[in-house]
Amino acid sequence: MLTRRTTLGLLASLPLAPRAFAQARLSYDLVAKPLADGIWMVEGATDYFSMQNGGAIVNITLIKGDTGLILIDTGSSRRYGEALVTLARSLDLRGISTVVNTHHHPDHFFGNQVFAGTPIFALGETRQAALTEGEGFADNMYRILGDWMRGTEVVPPTDVIAGGDLRLDGRDFLALPLGGHTVADLALLDRRTGTLIAGDLVFHDRAPTTPSADLPRWQNALDALDAQNPALILPGHGPADPTGASITQTRDYLHWLDTTLRDGARSGLDMVELMDSPLPERFAAMGAQPQEYQRSVTHLFPAVELEELPRGN
Amino acid sequence: MFLRTTLVALLGLFAGAAFALDDPQTPLTDPMQSGMWDYHQKGLLGDPADIRFDDRVVLRAPASAEDSLNVPLLVDATAIPDVKRIVISADYGPIPHILTYYPEQADAKLSLRFKIDQATAIRASVETHSGTWHVGSIYIDAAGGGCTAASHAYASDDWEEKLGEVHGRLWSATGRARLIVDHPMDTGLADGIPVFIIQDLSLQRDDGTQLARLELAEPVNEDPAFTFYFAKGALPASVKVVGRDNNGNRIRGVLSEGELN
Repeated sequence: MLTRRTTLGLLASLPLAPRAFAQARLSYDLVAKPLADGIWMVEGATDYFSMQNGGAIVNITLIKGDTGLILIDTGSSRRYGEALVTLARSLDLRGISTVVNTHHHPDHFFGNQVFAGTPIFALGETRQAALTEGEGFADNMYRILGDWMRGTEVVPPTDVIAGGDLRLDGRDFLALPLGGHTVADLALLDRRTGTLIAGDLVFHDRAPTTPSADLPRWQNALDALDAQNPALILPGHGPADPTGASITQTRDYLHWLDTTLRDGARSGLDMVELMDSPLPERFAAMGAQPQEYQRSVTHLFPAVELEELPRGN
Repeated sequence: MFLRTTLVALLGLFAGAAFALDDPQTPLTDPMQSGMWDYHQKGLLGDPADIRFDDRVVLRAPASAEDSLNVPLLVDATAIPDVKRIVISADYGPIPHILTYYPEQADAKLSLRFKIDQATAIRASVETHSGTWHVGSIYIDAAGGGCTAASHAYASDDWEEKLGEVHGRLWSATGRARLIVDHPMDTGLADGIPVFIIQDLSLQRDDGTQLARLELAEPVNEDPAFTFYFAKGALPASVKVVGRDNNGNRIRGVLSEGELN
């Protein structure tokens, strides 16, 4: 069957003149910002995936290890992974020694194929979810991002890690195996600097996403992160946070979201009516709103209203 | 040479005639320009003579379907007087007809969810008791596959125990009735799974008088969920839910202004 993906593959193999131009246009302009001793962050746009941003909406962390750089999350496409390789070499000529995926959402692991041969660490359930849901994510990403995705294949993480003390390329971390944003969310606390790489358990000035969310579990995970008293928080999306405000904000938003959906169900509202209700000012100003709130209504409302409404037989 | 020219001329004639036969008796200019409307105007609505696109029929839905199996839609035709039924349909998709709503004693307004198979114009065609038709439209973008996927119930062990479970409630002060019925709503388009859908569903008074009535088709979502709208204070204290699926299973329930969970 001729799918969008095979068609793009065929087009890629054609020696057409306009190709060079198209490739030049579709390039990620990644910048590594130094934030702590041997730690850099590539800050993504706070929007949803689009042809304009090429899917570069995610924060990537690079950390100096003994033999090279530890890369936490690999971005949204093969092309993005390649841009990370180039960027890493500008920071450390030895390049990337170790890769970690915080969870199985496509913007966090679709650059994996570039790192074949390098161990790619993740929680066991993340690896499993990447195997079962990866292809479905890929279809959607090709649909939204088109040529940005050219040649991207789903490569799940290769090595499973558990929680507790963890040494990656000679650098010591505390691995926190949590969940709630997805079935398994890994957060890493860098022992040397007290920096918390929070993955998508923490969003900052960007609306949290909920396609795989379990809200009560997510709230518990935020408590666990807060208890670590991190010196600096690197959220999955949005600017780095030295004060802890990002955890408070994420907690506040998720609580408001849950309350809004339950109140809606208890008033007999349907999804469109909920989607059209205005957001409080403090949440309306977040990146990717109101689209992300509207997506959350679709993800969460059907289950919420079955819990809230009485049986009629 | 002459034979060939004649054939071409004849073919041209037939082609012309065929196009004329395909046209609805009242051709409209489709604001969505979707290319399928003429066909549905004839096939789905029965080629009515008195028909128009009408901005008073309002459809509200997200611009893009986040979940192809659960696309929310709100149809509001309360600005049209004397509504008999509302036919809700998708221009593109394997099964165009989503449902037909007979508001009876309710407002001509309904919230529902449905499965979408590709990006398409969605229509609400409103027929009045005097036989005039008023059509509203909205465009929804979608990744697709909603109608051809197996229902979630198919993957669970206990779906039979939940089949026909009714959840819902009345809100007399705001004139709302919310109804959710547990049902796989299998479209018959997923491999090896036959059509299994609720076909009729209605809200009735205790004496059996119809308050509002629905005829459902395959694209209605799994575990169909509706909000019905009535004049404030017009709802009785309790309302019977009466329905039937295509396997003869009866759906029975009662909605009231009871305790919330």
